[in-house]
Amino acid sequence: MDYSQFLAMKQEIGLLVVFLLIFLFDTFSSRKSAKAVPALSVFLMGVLTLWGFCPLNSADASAFAGMYVTSPVMTAIKNILNVGVLIILVQSVKWANSEFVAIRRGEFYELVLLTLLGMYFMISSRHFLMFIIGLETASLPLCALVAFDKNRYESHEAAIKYVLTAVFSSAVLLMGLSFVYGLCGTLYYDGIAMMCRSQFGVMMAVALAFVMAGFGFKISLVPFHLWTADVYQGAPTPVTSYLSVISKGSAAFAFLVVLTQVFGSLYADAWEWMLYALIILTITIGNLFAMRQVNMKRFLAFSSISQAGYIMLAIIGDNPMGVSALMFYVLVYVFSNLAAFGVIGAIENATGKVDMTDYNGLYKTNPRLAFTMMLAMFSLAGIPPFAGFFSKFFVFTSALNGTGSVALYVLVLIALINTIISLYYYLLVVKAMFINDSDSPVATFRSACSERVGMWICVAGIIGLGIVSYFYDYLLTVVY
Amino acid sequence: MFSNILIYFVVIPVVMLLGLFLCRDIKQIRAVAVTGSVALTALAVWVLVEYLGLRAADPDTPMFFVGSWSWFAPLNIHLAVGVDGISIAMLLLTGVIMITGSFASWEIPQPKEFFLWLVLLATGVYGFFISIDLFTMFMFYEVALIPMYLLIGVWGSGNKNYSAMKLTLMLMGGSAFLMLGLIGIYYHSAPAGQPLTWNILEIVSNDAISHGWQTFLFPMTFVGFGVLGAMFPFHTWSPDGHASAPTAVSMLHAGVLMKLGGYGCFRVAIYLMPQAAHELAWIFIILTGISVVYGAFSACVQNDLKYINAYSSVSHCGLVLFAILMLNATAMTGAIMQMLSHGLMTALFFALIGMIYGRTHTRDIREMGGMMQILPYLSVCYVIAGMASLGLPGLSGFVAEMTIFVGSFQHTDLFHRVFVIVACSSIVTTAVYILRVVGKLLYGPVYDQHHMSLTDAKWWERLSTAALIVCVAGIGCFPNFFVDIIKSTWKFFGALNM
Repeated sequence: MDYSQFLAMKQEIGLLVVFLLIFLFDTFSSRKSAKAVPALSVFLMGVLTLWGFCPLNSADASAFAGMYVTSPVMTAIKNILNVGVLIILVQSVKWANSEFVAIRRGEFYELVLLTLLGMYFMISSRHFLMFIIGLETASLPLCALVAFDKNRYESHEAAIKYVLTAVFSSAVLLMGLSFVYGLCGTLYYDGIAMMCRSQFGVMMAVALAFVMAGFGFKISLVPFHLWTADVYQGAPTPVTSYLSVISKGSAAFAFLVVLTQVFGSLYADAWEWMLYALIILTITIGNLFAMRQVNMKRFLAFSSISQAGYIMLAIIGDNPMGVSALMFYVLVYVFSNLAAFGVIGAIENATGKVDMTDYNGLYKTNPRLAFTMMLAMFSLAGIPPFAGFFSKFFVFTSALNGTGSVALYVLVLIALINTIISLYYYLLVVKAMFINDSDSPVATFRSACSERVGMWICVAGIIGLGIVSYFYDYLLTVVY
Repeated sequence: MFSNILIYFVVIPVVMLLGLFLCRDIKQIRAVAVTGSVALTALAVWVLVEYLGLRAADPDTPMFFVGSWSWFAPLNIHLAVGVDGISIAMLLLTGVIMITGSFASWEIPQPKEFFLWLVLLATGVYGFFISIDLFTMFMFYEVALIPMYLLIGVWGSGNKNYSAMKLTLMLMGGSAFLMLGLIGIYYHSAPAGQPLTWNILEIVSNDAISHGWQTFLFPMTFVGFGVLGAMFPFHTWSPDGHASAPTAVSMLHAGVLMKLGGYGCFRVAIYLMPQAAHELAWIFIILTGISVVYGAFSACVQNDLKYINAYSSVSHCGLVLFAILMLNATAMTGAIMQMLSHGLMTALFFALIGMIYGRTHTRDIREMGGMMQILPYLSVCYVIAGMASLGLPGLSGFVAEMTIFVGSFQHTDLFHRVFVIVACSSIVTTAVYILRVVGKLLYGPVYDQHHMSLTDAKWWERLSTAALIVCVAGIGCFPNFFVDIIKSTWKFFGALNM
């Protein structure tokens, strides 16, 4: 065996080293020095993030007989995930040091990094076995994370729901893959793509439907979204933010690769029509349910469902511009959603309040938090000059690139009308904070330093990512 | 980039925003607001003077001060600016209304936040008028819309939550159609093999949008901008929004923001898609014709002063779109004159209503009377605004409406003429609702004896209203100056020369 091929996996190895260091430190340190675990994790994650940008990583390479590949595009998406995880780790320091969590805080960081490793493999795989390994590595530790607040009933309920859905969706996905294997005799992406080109059959479309359903659960596309709201609500806030941005972003990218490169040549563009229906359902139903939510985490759960629909719009165009639009959307979504979760987490840590009515009059007592939340809402709704506007615009533009058929124009129009619905409920949050009065508003408090740093980074991202064209241009040059 | 004079129309508001952030008390805030808006107006005057010189030397260039800086290079998105006479007229209008609006909100509560949002709105408006790149144009358009929500929601009155949400959602709904239309234009902006472009001037010179696509994209963009121009049946945000908004916001919104709709309609929809404009104009002539007449009749039966003026705005702005759709130089010149005229006089109206409301705490005309005895200065101003609105010669309304109807009647076919006559009837209706208010509100016995103790306008209020009246009378007495600035543009419009 040629051991030098391990060198292709520089980022994975880096992450593994970080994981092991934290694990060892956490295991062998005294209770007193264990307080340094959050700081150490943030530091090492920061180093890893910087390491990801090192030009060494951005070369094309493959390992294990082509089961694993890496390319500049994959490095870019991994870097985006790294940045997101870094922000989450920064934001969660105060929570990790809180009374009930402190004793187990090391596990939080270890499990998070472990799932991230799974996502790396999910993104980089060129073989479905490798993919499944990555997927499972990414899903199972998340169940433990969801159940992290073991003193809370909702956390257990959420974990059970998540375990069952994760397992069920994996089963559905594997069912589809077994069909694929039966039809094509290979699980290599390239091999399947080649067979798709020559072999027309209903069975292949059935297999595709199973695969799409499996992915649908992971990305929480309607009608596979039913677990989302309960899990988001029950899980601890840092875990919810992790689920909503990192887990979703990586699965969306893997979905893009599978759809365009594996099933891309399937007859009659079967996957495009399936995705077409899924997008309309996801965006519309996610939006309609989000309007009625009162719990902020449930609210963001439904908002993230509809956001996933917009991410899928970047796939349906099936062109390189779409790939960069997807990555840019995920990047912007990371910053916007984490800003929102940062505020929710800060308020939850300080007062334990998570309902939208608790946010009434927030601007009067905590103007900075309210301002951050407003920026996050505007960015999620796609209001210029914030980054969300640009990412939405690029997604729509890429969806219409290429064929530009009437059906796609109709789809984009539906998506655009849905942005108005989404604007309504995002404005409800803004209204609660800025316009509504409250008898018992959230008391003025000073959020922890780590939380503030996390929010500052997010605000900088929300304002800067769109106006400074460098980031999008960079992602485009990576893709082409 | 900073050698182009136009870029300062965006730079100054951004500097104002930063300045407002640093302000500590209301005096500094007032100073920043007034200095900034005066600077912007001065800049607009300077651009006008320069422009007149350039235009006299070179009548064949569509736009001057053109500059273009790459932004998102792979998509060919630029920050592209350029102005012609019409944009400059709009810039001047915005400047005047910004100054008077600042004075009209001299004693607003929470001034810092208020002016921050107001200046952000102005940034969007200025950016929109100087842009000639569809992407940046659209971006600034949305920047101008969203502050309205908080301005109405926080500082508004009455049913403000409902109005603010309705206004924001309806206008953003319009921009959803607009966005699709603009992306569609982009993908058909150049012949096959050539790079696509967002630049309006390049799209016009390419002339590549096929006839079929024009008939799809023209309604998209026209409806998109038409919502902001209060076109029937998308006008319902306007009465509620204006009635609930605070004074300066009503002024800026009715005075300037609604002009964005009309401006966009001809700068994007008609300029870029002349064939479809000719074929589909009849649909929108019917709709805007309804706006004109229906708005005027609705104003007759309202009792709330702001609702009366909001419906009157629907009627007058409907006339703008109506005239644009006539697609001849005279009517379109009238449309631009109407934009200026309506912008100024409606700002005057809303300023006066705000001042009266601030004193009497009611806007219901049934609960007021004899104001001429109590508030002579404001009452006289109100009469002047009313006369401008119903088209008294010597004031701006007469010039604008006269030009519109003369131009529109040049169409010799039955359809156009019938609709022009129908729209003309709004002049009579306007007189009805204006004189009704003047009679009830200003003359007759004093309704409420508590009103006897009210004081007349303060110096900043006098300044604000006087400035607007001077402008209204200026356009009315020297219309040719403005007409000359405007009409040099029309020869570049393909739709007018078909």
